[in-house]
Amino acid sequence: MSEMTETTLLSVHDLSIDFFRSGAKLHALRHVDLEVRPGRIVGIVGESGCGKSTLASSLIGLLAGNAEIVSGSIEFEGQDLARLSTRQMRAVRGRRISMVFQDPMTALNPVVTIGRQMIDIQYREKRSSAEKRRIAAEMLRTVGIPDAESRLSAYPHQFSGGMRQRICIGMALLMEPALLIADEPTTALDATLEVQVIKLLKELQQQFGCAIVFVSHHLGTVAELCDEVVVMYAGEVVERGAVRDIFRKPSHPYTQALLECDPARIKTPTRELPTIPGTLPDLAHPPKGCIFRERCPKAFARCEVEAPADYAAEGAEHRARCHLLDGKARGTA
Amino acid sequence: MSLAPTTSSSPKSGRPSSWRSGWRRLAADRLGFFGFVLVALFIVAAILAPWIAPYSPTQIMVGPRLAPPSWEHWLGTDQIGRDLLSRVLLGGRVALTVAFATIAAALTIGFALGLAAGFGPAWLDNILVLLFDAVRSFPTIVFGLAVVTLLGPGLSTVVLVVSVTSIPIYARIVRTQTQALRHADYVDAERAMGAGIFRILFVHILPNVVGPLVVLASMDVPLVIATEAGLSFLGLGVRPPMASWGTILNDGYTFIRNSPWPVIAGSIPIVLVTLGFTFFGEALRDIFDPRLRRDV
Repeated sequence: MSEMTETTLLSVHDLSIDFFRSGAKLHALRHVDLEVRPGRIVGIVGESGCGKSTLASSLIGLLAGNAEIVSGSIEFEGQDLARLSTRQMRAVRGRRISMVFQDPMTALNPVVTIGRQMIDIQYREKRSSAEKRRIAAEMLRTVGIPDAESRLSAYPHQFSGGMRQRICIGMALLMEPALLIADEPTTALDATLEVQVIKLLKELQQQFGCAIVFVSHHLGTVAELCDEVVVMYAGEVVERGAVRDIFRKPSHPYTQALLECDPARIKTPTRELPTIPGTLPDLAHPPKGCIFRERCPKAFARCEVEAPADYAAEGAEHRARCHLLDGKARGTA
Repeated sequence: MSLAPTTSSSPKSGRPSSWRSGWRRLAADRLGFFGFVLVALFIVAAILAPWIAPYSPTQIMVGPRLAPPSWEHWLGTDQIGRDLLSRVLLGGRVALTVAFATIAAALTIGFALGLAAGFGPAWLDNILVLLFDAVRSFPTIVFGLAVVTLLGPGLSTVVLVVSVTSIPIYARIVRTQTQALRHADYVDAERAMGAGIFRILFVHILPNVVGPLVVLASMDVPLVIATEAGLSFLGLGVRPPMASWGTILNDGYTFIRNSPWPVIAGSIPIVLVTLGFTFFGEALRDIFDPRLRRDV
């Protein structure tokens, strides 16, 4: 399954990552597969602690010091990013892959002007500083900062949160990367700004033609923005497919439960919001069989003994790890 | 809100000179400006001391002994009839030299060690912090005694003692700041942009550290001057007959029952310079923090 087709930009195959914490090994990611085609927007959803951000960080080589890639590959433009040296990885970062972080309030250096930060990240380009300044101002205009030229000499605290996130997005796109990783870029913003930033991302994606890996726990924004969705649970990809298939025909009980919990989908008034009973399993000792079994309303005997394979589900390229799909599926992977 | 033009909150001019705006804010801060004037006076007086001193600071019996202030001797004379104003001026020169030499040395070395401790591997950090703590645990004067015993008294010994004991102060500030910033989101963001360690250090860490460092240095000046005076007072610093505020105090305190003027003459400049640098340092602290700027 790891064959790099012409149309694949990023192909993560069988990626497993462990964290070492006080002697214990935490299996944060287990056998994760992810495909991103050029110019597509892929959403990664799941509850907190399911490994979304770990996956995003691994793509750009910014894993924490106590993390280790145990197995698997991250193929991007003909290189395996999991095996690059720091120096080689640095050549990829910023230019081919860049990242937008969760909190725009802390992602900009408070004591350096926006202009200097935007000019500085062009250090690898052979441009005059006037040219770099012009490009920086151009990008500020592109992301919708009014009065861009004079705003270059402003400090981050002189901008609102939404504007800062626009600036962060602009900085990430300054080198026109092939892949942009957005790690919950709207979580720290209020709902109105969230819509604006999502719109902006969509516009910019069309303008720059880059692929986006969009990490979020907000299902609404994912439905709005993404072409494809990857659903993660406890460090595993449980379901993936086109956004329409995932939202209309969720095949994995976890995805179904997740969608039922989305307050935006609740039709009848209720005093209690639905939740998924139970908590995440202990990732130091993941249970045998299906990872979701303990919280799954549809679990049966097979789920306790055998980890489900990546079964095909209804729809093109729609796959889910659930035994319920075995049999009615058109064959296993 | 962010889509609407918000030009009202942008700086008036295209690119405000940070020097000019800093100067404006200093002028607005009365205490800070007072401090600045004291500091400026001290520096000018120290530089021009040989030319503006009315008498030779070391010549004895230019007037009567232990004379109170008069038109001939503004600050009076000491026990062997030397003009105290001239001695205070020349002593200021010693104080300024010691202050600048030690702070330049301590700042440079402390900055480098602090960066190494803050950004380097954990073992290096542990060793350096142990070193800083070891140096700080010696009382400066006792450490000075030991060094003087080895190298003999003199101005360069004072500079050495004071800089070695000040290095940890600077290094610790730099280390703490660096460590706090090391995992800041914008440092990660910069890494995600492909930046290497030196780019991160100089573009992102340095500007965050310079402000506190300059403030610390300006507040450290009076401390250094007091230490120099203290060492000279104990006879470990400047050798007689050369003038230093410490030696003026030392000479004067034996005769304090007969005449308080030498002690007053020796302590007033110490008090003024301490106040001056402290006020100035506090004003600088406000100026260096862009978040405190009012002209946004």
